[in-house]
Amino acid sequence: MNLHIILLLPLLTAAGVLISSNKQVIRMISLFGSLIQMGLALALYFAFTAERTAGNATQMLFEQNYTLFTSLNIHYHIGVDGISVAMIMLTSFVVVAGVLVSWNIEKMTREFYFLLVLLALGAYGFFISLDLFVMFFFLEISVIPKYLLIGVWGSGKKEYAANKLALMLMGGSALILVGMLILYFNAGHTFDIQQISQSVIGGRLQNIIFPFLFLGFGVFTALFPLHTWVPDGHSSAPTAGSMFLAGISMKLGGYGCLRVATYLLPEGAKEYANIIIVLSAIAIIYGAFATMMQKDLKYINAYSSVSHVGFSLLGIGMLTQTAITGALMQMVSHGLMTALFFAVIGMIYDRTHTRMTAEMGGLLKVMPFIATILFIVGLCSLGLPGLSGFVAEMTVFVGSWENADTFHRVATLLACASIVVTAVYILRAVGQTAMGPIRTEHLSLGDAKWNEKLAAIVLLAGILAIGIMPYWLNDLLTGPAKIIMDRIHP
Amino acid sequence: MIPDFIYLMRSELVVTLIIFFLLFVKIGKGMRNSSLLPVIQFLLLVNFLSHFACHCSGNLFGNMFLVTPLITMQKAILSLAVYLISLLCTEWLKKTEHLAEFFLLMLSALLGMFFLLSSGNLLIFYLSLELATIPVAAMANFDLHKRISSEAAMKMILSSAFSSGILLFGISLVYGSTGTLSFSALPALLNGSPLQIMGFVFLFTAFAFKLSIVPFHLWTADVYEGAPVAVTSFLSVVSKGAIAFVFMTFLYKVFQPLHTTWYNLIFILSIITMVIGNLFALRQNNIKRFLAFSSIAQVGFILVGISSNDPGGMTAVIFFILVYVFSNLAAFGVADVIAVSTGKETIEDYKGLYATNPFLGWILALSLFSLAGIPPTAGFFGKLFLLTAGASTGNYWLIIIAGLNMVISLYYYLKLVRAMFMDKNENPIPKIYVNRTVKWAMVLCALAIILLGMFSWLYDHIHSLVA
Repeated sequence: MNLHIILLLPLLTAAGVLISSNKQVIRMISLFGSLIQMGLALALYFAFTAERTAGNATQMLFEQNYTLFTSLNIHYHIGVDGISVAMIMLTSFVVVAGVLVSWNIEKMTREFYFLLVLLALGAYGFFISLDLFVMFFFLEISVIPKYLLIGVWGSGKKEYAANKLALMLMGGSALILVGMLILYFNAGHTFDIQQISQSVIGGRLQNIIFPFLFLGFGVFTALFPLHTWVPDGHSSAPTAGSMFLAGISMKLGGYGCLRVATYLLPEGAKEYANIIIVLSAIAIIYGAFATMMQKDLKYINAYSSVSHVGFSLLGIGMLTQTAITGALMQMVSHGLMTALFFAVIGMIYDRTHTRMTAEMGGLLKVMPFIATILFIVGLCSLGLPGLSGFVAEMTVFVGSWENADTFHRVATLLACASIVVTAVYILRAVGQTAMGPIRTEHLSLGDAKWNEKLAAIVLLAGILAIGIMPYWLNDLLTGPAKIIMDRIHP
Repeated sequence: MIPDFIYLMRSELVVTLIIFFLLFVKIGKGMRNSSLLPVIQFLLLVNFLSHFACHCSGNLFGNMFLVTPLITMQKAILSLAVYLISLLCTEWLKKTEHLAEFFLLMLSALLGMFFLLSSGNLLIFYLSLELATIPVAAMANFDLHKRISSEAAMKMILSSAFSSGILLFGISLVYGSTGTLSFSALPALLNGSPLQIMGFVFLFTAFAFKLSIVPFHLWTADVYEGAPVAVTSFLSVVSKGAIAFVFMTFLYKVFQPLHTTWYNLIFILSIITMVIGNLFALRQNNIKRFLAFSSIAQVGFILVGISSNDPGGMTAVIFFILVYVFSNLAAFGVADVIAVSTGKETIEDYKGLYATNPFLGWILALSLFSLAGIPPTAGFFGKLFLLTAGASTGNYWLIIIAGLNMVISLYYYLKLVRAMFMDKNENPIPKIYVNRTVKWAMVLCALAIILLGMFSWLYDHIHSLVA
């Protein structure tokens, strides 16, 4: 399969959106573009597994390599492994749902969809690139769309949130840039990930570079204490913006932490693993308790995201093959789950015009579909078996338990304990919103429309596909996880 | 048989011919602005294209005047910038009373810069530097009815006279200790004696004045604010570009033996320049002052690239300046259109611009993103290459500080973006009719901003010229 299509299609969609002026046409172009992209992502999955079952064991498949800047040895090198395929599928699902829930945006529709598609383009490019320079290029592409999406179409303290997000992410990029350049000059003037992985970089140097790269990507994935943009950003963004932020953007960071920082600098990863564990354990527990205090549905989901993303960072810090597989599964699962959660919150807000749980109640009576989805996604968030959250968190815990010393055991237990807190806030929020007596002014509200139903079903399908049959995702991710582990414990 | 010097000096000759043409127009009956301007624009385009006539190199007048493909390329960049200015500032130029004189001065300055780039001797270097500076001071005074414009011209002429004095002092010290003025003979005679270092530091200071490196930047903001936009853009793009090119050849070729001295100077000054430029830009409310301080910060980044002392650094700086031409001129072009038709110049006035003038809003946003170094604009590549070049010395502190400064600069560029796209304004800038020429020039700039980085052969081409 030619990976260029994955980038070409969003580009064409964006161009189509730009040249058309009718709002309905713009929506249709975006929807069909993203649906075809979803089809492509699935096709990529099948092509990928077909190659693997046929016995093709090269690390990266469908590779293409073009020289971009000869004098600087920068290559446009793309290719996918299991992690990339999983992330591309996740992105395509979230994009379809994001386009669908934004159907009613009337203010500057063209610009809105253009920025959405541009954001998606950045994510696709990031996940397929194998050259740090190109990767960085795609990572940075997504910063400005996020800024504008929040600042123009957001609500509440949107300008503040947009600024904070853009500056923090730019700060993260600056760290990545420094790490990347040091790596470039010490790995023999190359940005190519595979070439860097083959060059010998001294342990001391790795210890210097690793923090730059890990913290840099950590800002994107809300590593404690660099997570402060998350609550503001998520809660001020428009629905699709929150979905993209939590579902895609935070995954860029996690992917980078693993693919760039941990994979390229195994010695550095070993050196700092304990710190990562401590930070992510704090994030998990702090996030959970902070969520308990929130009364705004979007803040609840934003803080719980900090907590959930903590699981995937914990998995990375544990440095066992199972834990890393779990971390990756958690990224995919959390992406689908939070996107769906934000979508549902958006649907509720469109009808009740409030996000405060205390001002709602009994919504199950008037909007059964939306409330049911809210229940399902809540249960997924607290880790009910049969849904994706359980599979991912379970894998992380099993992997973490493989480390037999007290430190790792305590961290694992603490992380496990947070699930109880999760149950408290999720059940309370969902209960307050969907059950109990209904307010009289909410009696006339209607249920989800076709676009909202479709969006929810797409994401739910992903959640169930992982929850019921986790083996396909597991098969995708264990191979690459093993390659990373082989570098850490040769 | 056509003599050599016609080939080698073809760009200088073209500029001189245009100057003569303008003089004759002035002596004769004169032409109306609306008919003269297209002619000038066409001639400037010819001037730009003349650089591609032949790929020749050589020297004239006993090594006083050098031509290499690289120098021709640098001249082409400057000519392109002048051509773009003549297009982007159409509105203002049409209204000015003394159009012929304006271009007379501008082209004299350009001629000075051409000689500056080609100079192979400290004497011709000094002469051409003066030729490149004094007309610009006269241009700064072109808004004749505005006091602030005269003030700008006065500040400019005083500070450049001062820096010329320092330059001459430096030249005499260098000459006194080496006994030569020729660039090719100097490196062998430089041994790092205190007298030479002192002479070099004086020379360096003169450059720092012209490039507005902190702490020699104080004239910049006032001059930029007071002068008409066309002049400000000429100053910030063409003058800066020419001086930066020469500065680099100066350090890399002539003063290579004093490398450690100038490396330390550049290291410290680049940090100060970036930080001060950025911090002051944060507080500006007038768009021209804002762009002035942002251009000071950009010079700081250019110094990071210069510090590398290898062909990679030179390539990165030239590429960055090429990108900077488009980004900065587009920003100034928008400022000019708005200033000419409404007289508004503060960031407050730009609030809600996007709602009334989406085209101008996009162009300005794009150029600001390019200045901030955000992909997919060419500014991203330009900045990244500068930092890569800076990192090649192994001094990572410089890169860390530069990285932090990119974040600070993003803050104030976003401030303007936010004003245009997000803030509400009860009294927004009304819908402005943009002249077709200006529009095309802006679209050209926008295309260049988007595509220049992706067309990687350009960078490699510059690299092959440098190496």
